Amino acid sequence: MAPASSEGTYPEDLRYHEEHDWARIEGDQATMGITWYAQDSLGEVVFFDPPEVGATIQKDSSYAEVESVKAVSDVIAPLSGEIVEVNDALQDNPEKVNEDPYGEGWLVKVRLTAPEEAETLLGVQEYRKMLDR
Amino acid sequence: MALTETPMQAEKAQTIYEKSKAGRRAAALPAAEVPEKPLAELIPENLLRAEPPRLPEIAEPEIVRHYNRLSRRNFDLDSGFYPLGSCTMKHNPRLNERVAALPGHARLHPAQDARRAQGALELMWLLQESLSEICGLPHVSLQPSAGSHGELAGLLLTRAYHADRGEVRTKVLAPDTSHGTNPASVTMAGYEVVKVATDEVGGVEMADLRAKLAENEGEVACLMLTNPNTLGVFDENIAEIASLIHEAGGTLYYDGANLNAVMGKSRPGDMGFDIVHVNLHKSFSQPHGGGGPGAGPIAVSDRIEPFLPRPQVVRLEGSNGHGPNFDLDFERPKSIGRLRGFQGNFGVFVRSYAYILSLGGDGLTEASETAVLNANYLKARLAEGRAGDRLPIAFDRHCMHEFVLSGKPMKRDLGLATLDLAKRLLDYGFHPPTVYFPLLVDEALMVEPTETEAKESLDAFAEAIEKILAEAETDPELARNAPYTTPVRRLDEVKATRQPVVRQQFD
Repeated sequence: MAPASSEGTYPEDLRYHEEHDWARIEGDQATMGITWYAQDSLGEVVFFDPPEVGATIQKDSSYAEVESVKAVSDVIAPLSGEIVEVNDALQDNPEKVNEDPYGEGWLVKVRLTAPEEAETLLGVQEYRKMLDR
Repeated sequence: MALTETPMQAEKAQTIYEKSKAGRRAAALPAAEVPEKPLAELIPENLLRAEPPRLPEIAEPEIVRHYNRLSRRNFDLDSGFYPLGSCTMKHNPRLNERVAALPGHARLHPAQDARRAQGALELMWLLQESLSEICGLPHVSLQPSAGSHGELAGLLLTRAYHADRGEVRTKVLAPDTSHGTNPASVTMAGYEVVKVATDEVGGVEMADLRAKLAENEGEVACLMLTNPNTLGVFDENIAEIASLIHEAGGTLYYDGANLNAVMGKSRPGDMGFDIVHVNLHKSFSQPHGGGGPGAGPIAVSDRIEPFLPRPQVVRLEGSNGHGPNFDLDFERPKSIGRLRGFQGNFGVFVRSYAYILSLGGDGLTEASETAVLNANYLKARLAEGRAGDRLPIAFDRHCMHEFVLSGKPMKRDLGLATLDLAKRLLDYGFHPPTVYFPLLVDEALMVEPTETEAKESLDAFAEAIEKILAEAETDPELARNAPYTTPVRRLDEVKATRQPVVRQQFD
């Protein structure tokens, strides 16, 4: 039996949240999205309902919704901060979330208000281990 | 599997408008024997249409064939086994239809004065009394017209109850297994949803419930619960859950979608629930699907009663030598008001009351027992053979009226998603179970066989799943491209969601 994590891709340079979200931290900013596992479980994404620029988001709370043909799911914030940019391209091409979850399928950019929270996130090895359990 | 198109697949489905030919009629009237007046003389000009409405013009035989053909493109309960979890697709007894078609029932005008609709009001009152007894709660309103409508009514009642006590509460708790309509109704009623986690045996996680009550102290208006829940699991902690919610000042709402499992066995009122909705179109055998007509009556406790919708159907004791009579009571000053026009889908009340009378209390109890027996039998059949390995039960314990399997190993080992299995089942002549719900089970398949299926149907279904899994070991593409035999092949669900075209375009 192949472990669950062997199927998808999980970049080394990202920090991961148990609810299948990732953060790419650059200084006091982070780009956020959902992991390969999350997009695979959801199936084809048909709509992304983003937060507004300027909104504050709270770690572990929902900040947006993604809709697939199966379900509407909350997207959980891996870190707290203020939204500085949302990926507008997803309005016309929500399938980017499936095709390129760590690249063109990013969801939001956030100015971090509590960068130290990053220490509680998982590294790639820990996240893979969690998927395999 | 031959991939030639079936005649129905080859036929382009047409709307009745596309079949219209100018001048065709279903009936021709003889020439008038009195002088005809132009419309403009009879109706003020500002009320007249500029152009006639675009109605289809078609002869009667073609109308009949059109709708008959459409009906054959559909899969229904009269065609085969329909184990759609959470939907209780059980047989609709034909006796109910006969009773509902009696002219006194079928031809009663909804605007008829209460004094001249005594029989109809009596039937509604008797149905209220029956549902009250079944639910173990003293008061019933028949106004809500669907389960979701009953949920909204329950939340509006909760708000009215708290407002009457001078309290403002903003949050409603719902387990992560709850029907999707629960959080939707919460949002529609202006409350905020707080999710409660599920424990390892499929019930409410008590520690999380306590934590959520503590975090939101004084703000929790209600807990919405389905018992047995969408995993087909009866929550044995219900008495403790009820006392926690009542101590916190909230109301306890029972989503009656799964009442089919416990009729005559246990009553939501006895479990401590304040408000219950009942799906007459599920548990009480009204035909459903395709959007109606349904009914979602609510039963409530004494403390909620003053706020019930108005009018209420009431029985008045007779006087001056007259017997008791029935009326619509509008004098309800604390009522949340009317929830719909007229008195509801009356035909649904007739069918459900006929069902209750024809089964009786012992028959309803037996219906629930058989629903649970059928589900446990099918669950045991599917624990054997390939299904046991590829489609394990999500929460392994005795189930109530339905159970949830996980297609996770099937997807991992055979590359077959639950959706593929569901589509392939259509080729075997079965309506697929509910898929991808509840969300906490990966690749979920939710099966509810109901009490009206024979052992042979259950066996045939289990055998079909076994065959599909066997096929997939040698040829997984077969299921991935299914179905082959239905009027349309696999639909493009993504395109249907992204670019829905739901309106006929005229040239």
